[in-house]
Amino acid sequence: MQEPRVVEAILSRYRNLIILAIVIVAQLLLLAWQVRTTQDVRLIRVWAVTTVTPLAGVTEAVRRNTIGFLEDYFILLDVREQNRKLREDNNRLKMENIYYRNQLTTAENARALSAFQLQTASKTVAARIIGNGTASSAQVVFIDRGSTSGVVKGMAVVTPDGIVGKVIAVYPLASQVLLVTDPTFSVGVESQKAHIHGTLSCNGSNCVVDYIQNEEKIDPGEWFYTSGEDRIFPRGFPVGTAASVKSGQFMKDIHLNLSGAPGAADEVLVVLHGVHQLIPDTPPEQRVAQSLPAPPPDAAPGPATPKMATQADKIKQKYIDIGKEENHVYGAIGGNMPNFNKPAAAAQSPAQAEMPPKPAAKPASPPVVRPSPPPTGILGARTPEPTKQPAAEKKPSHVDNGPVLPLGAPRKKAPPATPPQP
Amino acid sequence: MTEYSEQLLKKPLREGWLNRFQVLALLAITLVAIICQFYLPRLIPNTEFLEIPLLLTIYFGLMRQNQLSALFFGAFVGLAQDSLSHLPLGMYGIAKTLVGYFAASVSMRFDVDNVLVRFTLTFFFFFFHQFFYWMMRRALLGQVVPLDPQKILLQALLNAVVAVPLFMILDRMKLSGS
Repeated sequence: MQEPRVVEAILSRYRNLIILAIVIVAQLLLLAWQVRTTQDVRLIRVWAVTTVTPLAGVTEAVRRNTIGFLEDYFILLDVREQNRKLREDNNRLKMENIYYRNQLTTAENARALSAFQLQTASKTVAARIIGNGTASSAQVVFIDRGSTSGVVKGMAVVTPDGIVGKVIAVYPLASQVLLVTDPTFSVGVESQKAHIHGTLSCNGSNCVVDYIQNEEKIDPGEWFYTSGEDRIFPRGFPVGTAASVKSGQFMKDIHLNLSGAPGAADEVLVVLHGVHQLIPDTPPEQRVAQSLPAPPPDAAPGPATPKMATQADKIKQKYIDIGKEENHVYGAIGGNMPNFNKPAAAAQSPAQAEMPPKPAAKPASPPVVRPSPPPTGILGARTPEPTKQPAAEKKPSHVDNGPVLPLGAPRKKAPPATPPQP
Repeated sequence: MTEYSEQLLKKPLREGWLNRFQVLALLAITLVAIICQFYLPRLIPNTEFLEIPLLLTIYFGLMRQNQLSALFFGAFVGLAQDSLSHLPLGMYGIAKTLVGYFAASVSMRFDVDNVLVRFTLTFFFFFFHQFFYWMMRRALLGQVVPLDPQKILLQALLNAVVAVPLFMILDRMKLSGS
């Protein structure tokens, strides 16, 4: 008879504690069921994500369209929007650039030529990060692309600069991405020079490459790329550079600087269809910005100078050629005068020969007949009789720019210029 | 026992507190806390350390002074937080259930209106929450996640600093609702 009373007394006295134990045990059972069956309580998650992500999206949109509106249209005059579009274009072009340069590098050796022909570019879809995961220690973000955009669990998420993470949960309008900086995430990587394979694991910003033996040679600053062995990231995406390389007890102790910013990126690319690439021979920086070769030494000016800028330069060159042909030294006393009336073809310089021919029917400059003074020639020479020819058939032997004196020809002393009258 | 310690242990009267703090308002504030946890690090960088759902659980436990409602509220907030994380449901639920229960238990002995008490309890409960979460992750899920006590202590300090004005705002909301 007293047992029920004792039980009631215990229940009433420890009621809160018992309820606490029941709630804890219930959650433990839920946890154990999820871990054991590797299944998820998807309904609750879908409800939560469907409730929160639109609100976060609206918050982000309101922030962009109110605060950003004032800045865009009244302060920065839409510069921010243009900057965003340019950044998107730049990211896309950088991705294409990396791909094509990888392909060009690959095509340089015949071994990879067939791969180059068979490969196609990875198909990606752009996404925006709209929020962080609620677990404080975990490196998880949400993106605004879900199953309606073709995103599937397990897809790789990258930026043009490096890898970001992988999709671990997909909802209709959003997806959850586990960043590479999460302690539970590992990536297969491969060194650039010796193609040594290892495993990248990070704890926040501290990233190390494991499972590389001490006998292998890795240089500080050497690039690491995805190896594709994790079946998540296609091979050939840049990961980062070796910040420090030390020999450990059994394996090398390699710290890596990630080339991308997994937590700080705003826009990412989800790889819908990955394509493996070969590891490029040159690091990404050199491939993106290749320095020009050294400029050639200054060439000595001479008749072979191909470029002449003005008409005066061409005439000067013509007279120099005539002088050389007739062994005339300009400026010398007592020498014979060269015949400057020779046909233009005979004295045509190689540079002039390279010039495109002028159309015969429509000359560039119509001939102008001037009775006096004689257009060219030596001062004092007989002026040839002007023959009446049709204007179209008259071929000018020179370009009429007024009287031009040959270089080195004796010149008349110009009358002293009268000083301007005040 | 000094006069100050007696003042700290004084039990204030909190009748009808839940009536003013309506259930709908609780749900709305919980949703706002979850969204803040979700969105704030994107809006303001380097605010990942803020555990606003935990601060809300501590506040509710301290002010409600009812172990049952506090533990259920903690379980609700924790499960909501779990549903937006990548780990199985129940990790934050168990941790916050315990925090809510203990906060309500402690509030029966201390004057939780005192700023120093609030600061100290928040600091302690944050450390307990993070340590318990790490332990469960390691023991139940088998995940080897490194523990950085210095970082957790610093985060606990920052959360306690944030908690003091946040609790005052929540106090004002409670008063405005009366």
